[in-house]
Amino acid sequence: MAGLRLLSALILGAVFGFGLAISGMLDPARVRGFLDIAGNWDPSLGFVLAGAVLVAGLGRLVQTRLSHPLLSDRFHLPEKTQIDARLITGAAIFGIGWGMAGLCPGPAVADLMLGAPAVLVFVPAMIVGMLLHDRLAADGTC
Amino acid sequence: MSAYLPSLVGGMLIGLSVALFMVLNGRVAGISGIVAGLFRKPDERLAANLLFVAGLLAGPVLYHAMWGDWPIFRPEGGLFLFGAAGLLVGFGSRLGSGCTSGHGVAGLARLSPRSIAAVATFLATAIVTVFVMGLAS
Repeated sequence: MAGLRLLSALILGAVFGFGLAISGMLDPARVRGFLDIAGNWDPSLGFVLAGAVLVAGLGRLVQTRLSHPLLSDRFHLPEKTQIDARLITGAAIFGIGWGMAGLCPGPAVADLMLGAPAVLVFVPAMIVGMLLHDRLAADGTC
Repeated sequence: MSAYLPSLVGGMLIGLSVALFMVLNGRVAGISGIVAGLFRKPDERLAANLLFVAGLLAGPVLYHAMWGDWPIFRPEGGLFLFGAAGLLVGFGSRLGSGCTSGHGVAGLARLSPRSIAAVATFLATAIVTVFVMGLAS
């Protein structure tokens, strides 16, 4: 079962990355075009999000009918329920960076394969930002 | 409308990955958490996280194998901007417990109030950021 679980992680990572590539979301200009509601608005990201949430929602329906995952012994769902200052501050900071570059973690990692200097700077900086948080500001639950 | 079909289909594949990662492995396919997990003290999640990232990297290669060209990548801004943005995205995604995949796809699919609040917040600050940068340029 552990072998299948690992194989599924590889395949599902590839499905995610291939989906990103098809969707156009590996292109920072397309992402920023969606965020540019006052300018030349590009709705593409809205279609990506709608398609993704729809299918992930069907997965959620399946998940709620299972007592445990098919390849593992239990579901690991987020335990926090409180909308707190950490959540909102973190999301706000994340959004500023996302808007500046047009890159978020998934597309940025996949974009490494394209070798553009912008991504080769962005991804190490993103990892430094993550480590800075985990060293300085972690509350021990994430 | 058909111009957006690839975006819809690509999004559905992303959703499929998130759905099956939960149904099969029991975990949220949140990329910020998976990437940060590569740099934590190794635990039982490390191997699956590494393989998921390897698969993610294979995505553009599969695209190239299928269509012969690489996905379009058009950066807007200099390297300093991308470095600063990377720091904010990394720090913010950890402080806010997720990014566009964990909150935006998996969280919205669960109708999680925390994820709905996070998505509304990062969409708002991202839109304002793009707007202000447009004014400045």
